[in-house]
Amino acid sequence: MIDAPVAVKLAGIWKRFPGVIANSDINLDVRRGSVHAIVGENGAGKSTLMKILYGMQKPDEGTIAINGNEVIFHSPSDAIDAGIGMVHQHFMLADNLTVLENIILGSEPTKRGVINQQTALTRLTQLAQQYGLDVPFNSFVSELGVGARQRIEILKVLYRGASILILDEPTAVLVPHEVDELFSALSDLKAEGITILFISHKLDEVLAIADEISVIRAGSTVATVDPRTQKVSADDLAEMMVGSELPTPETRGSTVTDEVIIDVRNLSVLTAAGKPLVDDVSFKIHAGEILGIAGVEGNGQAEIVDALMGIIKSSGVLIYNGGDISKWSTRKRREQGFGFIPEDRMRQGLLLEAPLWENKMLGHQTLKPNSNGFLLTPADAKNDTARIIDEYDVRTPSIDVFASALSGGNQQKLIVGREMSSDPKFLLAAHPTRGVDVGAQSAIWDHLRKARESGLAVLLISADLDELIGLSDTIKVLLRGKFVADANPVTVTPQELGTAMTGVKKSDGIEAAS
Amino acid sequence: MSRQKILNSLAAPLLAVAFSLVVVTIILFAFGSNVFEVFNAMAVYGTSPRSLTLMLNLATTYYISAVAVAIGFKMNLFNIGVNGQYMLGGMCAAAVAGSLNLPGVVAIPITIFVAIAVGAAWAGVAAWLKSARGVSEVISTIMLNFIALGLISYTIIRTNVGRPAALNVRGTEIIPPNGRMVGWNLLSPSIKVYGFIIVAILIGVLYWFVLNRTVFGYDLRASGLSASAASASGVNSKRMVVITMLISGGIAGMVGLPDLLGNDPYSYTLNFPSGYGFTGIAIALLGRNNPIGIAFGAILWAFLDVSSQILDIENVPREIVTIMQGVIVLAVVVAYELVRRNRVKSEQQNVGEALAQKESSAS
Repeated sequence: MIDAPVAVKLAGIWKRFPGVIANSDINLDVRRGSVHAIVGENGAGKSTLMKILYGMQKPDEGTIAINGNEVIFHSPSDAIDAGIGMVHQHFMLADNLTVLENIILGSEPTKRGVINQQTALTRLTQLAQQYGLDVPFNSFVSELGVGARQRIEILKVLYRGASILILDEPTAVLVPHEVDELFSALSDLKAEGITILFISHKLDEVLAIADEISVIRAGSTVATVDPRTQKVSADDLAEMMVGSELPTPETRGSTVTDEVIIDVRNLSVLTAAGKPLVDDVSFKIHAGEILGIAGVEGNGQAEIVDALMGIIKSSGVLIYNGGDISKWSTRKRREQGFGFIPEDRMRQGLLLEAPLWENKMLGHQTLKPNSNGFLLTPADAKNDTARIIDEYDVRTPSIDVFASALSGGNQQKLIVGREMSSDPKFLLAAHPTRGVDVGAQSAIWDHLRKARESGLAVLLISADLDELIGLSDTIKVLLRGKFVADANPVTVTPQELGTAMTGVKKSDGIEAAS
Repeated sequence: MSRQKILNSLAAPLLAVAFSLVVVTIILFAFGSNVFEVFNAMAVYGTSPRSLTLMLNLATTYYISAVAVAIGFKMNLFNIGVNGQYMLGGMCAAAVAGSLNLPGVVAIPITIFVAIAVGAAWAGVAAWLKSARGVSEVISTIMLNFIALGLISYTIIRTNVGRPAALNVRGTEIIPPNGRMVGWNLLSPSIKVYGFIIVAILIGVLYWFVLNRTVFGYDLRASGLSASAASASGVNSKRMVVITMLISGGIAGMVGLPDLLGNDPYSYTLNFPSGYGFTGIAIALLGRNNPIGIAFGAILWAFLDVSSQILDIENVPREIVTIMQGVIVLAVVVAYELVRRNRVKSEQQNVGEALAQKESSAS
């Protein structure tokens, strides 16, 4: 393995943007038939590097060599011609086409101008067998899960003749057993001589799959290690990445009280066609309690959150501080102490083309210090924004820049600061640390823990199972709109939880839903 | 920074005007006209005291119309029905004003109130259709324009609201002198600046204040920037649509009043000027929904309209100005989009730069 020829050689890559150096002197040797992981914090320069390798951006300095030949890419099609394929984090598939149609889209084999599906199918079946990528070619993509979609994306690039695969955060959207499937497929690919560049945040996974690991910090390659021969732990890697220890989301001691803050009874949300998205769900959250909901995305979490916020129609009874508030508008709920960290901050949490201080008012525009209920009080709002930026370490030169100018992590810190500042009694936190780097993540966890100690009731939804287990006092597993199991965060492992999320089987840390 | 901002916001309209001048020059040149002479004639004629007064009066009307459109634009509502709203509002206001024999301080507010109420009610039909039935306001307001025209013709021709008002034209009862807002001879002894210009300025100030200083204005702008974020922040989007549409229609109702209360025959006749509502759309785009920007847009538009009167004498088709106005709007829409993208991008770079400097000075 170590002696395998170098498939990709990046030497002395520099990339500067006005005022920012994204890559400084990157050197990387990726051997043929190996899995080479690239790890680094958000903003460390991983994506810029991959864009350079995929021909989307040109380096200012430095050379790229593929299989020993120096190349210059003017566009991604040059990179594809050189055998490089990219599997993006967000899948680019057409739901209403079959798997086969999706794969051949753009490079259809034709016979006298007519698409010859048979030729494509024969070749794809062979490819799928060779690499152990099992997909139903004649199903519609809309019927398939995330794992299968990812395999389609991989087949798509292989079909186009790629021998070097770039996988951008491939496990971010997968549950644990899907990750295992992906890794076994990657091993097969590797055995067939395919070279894989694997970009990830998740250090345990990187250690499990990679033959070599390169760590990027502040735009430079700071280390390349071979986990097979050198002994490295996730903590070692994290230290190389950020120069500090890896934070853990654990909470210590219970702060759960007897006081029920929110009592949800028989909550249901239906589609326009009458199909239940949330099906007769009931739960209680006490002051000082964090209730975690585990589930594969799309099983009703988003609808529960939107229904509790009063954004979408639902049936059932909602008791808050002892009173029935089912009829309250979103604004009234907000005013009476509902905090909301939305799952998709671009969609529900921010006005991208408005200054930060106006974003700080969003959701609390009827309350002090943002207004007196009728007239805005911009001076007070600006002062409070400055305080949030300071306390929550939002990195920005001023409060007058557009929210779109901030990085995702800093946008999230602004949202968390804004919601915490309104002194909420009940917080709905959906993926509170998604897309946030290690430092900001631990800061957000700290804020959640502090608020919990002071009696906040929190509904936590997260795809990061470590986060969910570490922070929650109680965990419920949601599948197809129903709670199917309860888990004890003290004993349950991410693997057990992941299994329960797919509804497969019960194990020690999991009990049937009460 | 603020100088940069001003430059940024002026760049697009100035570029658009310059571009349209180039296009018009080419057209004039192609038709064999003396380009310089034509522009010179327009400039000389357009800056005479009489023309400037006409320009201010026309701009007053345009301004109100554009504000009515702009408030809808601010939350992505497209009120194309300003035309029908002002015509119907104007006719009803004229009919009421004509029947009142009260002192001006009472009669004029009543007239304005009727105009606002009728304009808002007419827009309210579209608002109701959108919030209750999901009908696009673009379609319904266009349709309502035609219905309004029909209603007006019917009322004036077939009912006793209408009577012979001016030379061979039927219209509403002539408004008595007390109920008029004739204005002042500010620039020219022969022609007055409409008194309604005061109301137009007030509308502009109020528009700015409501939008930027009230919770309602914040909700409205938030709805325009991101409907989903606004609704998560507690904005009731249906209610917002209805209120905004009513306000837009209410302002639209006043568009006809400067002419009605300030100019002969002080009656809403079948010849009452039409089309201000569509000009308002163009000017709202040109002024980028900004109260000051709209004022400049309205003045520019009015200047072009007034100064084009001389072109017949110069033997140049007056439509050349219409072409110029059209090119300005097209160019300014493109230019604003480019400036907007540029701003988003440059902000991202500036933030990156500022943070990089901060970090390097810290370490």
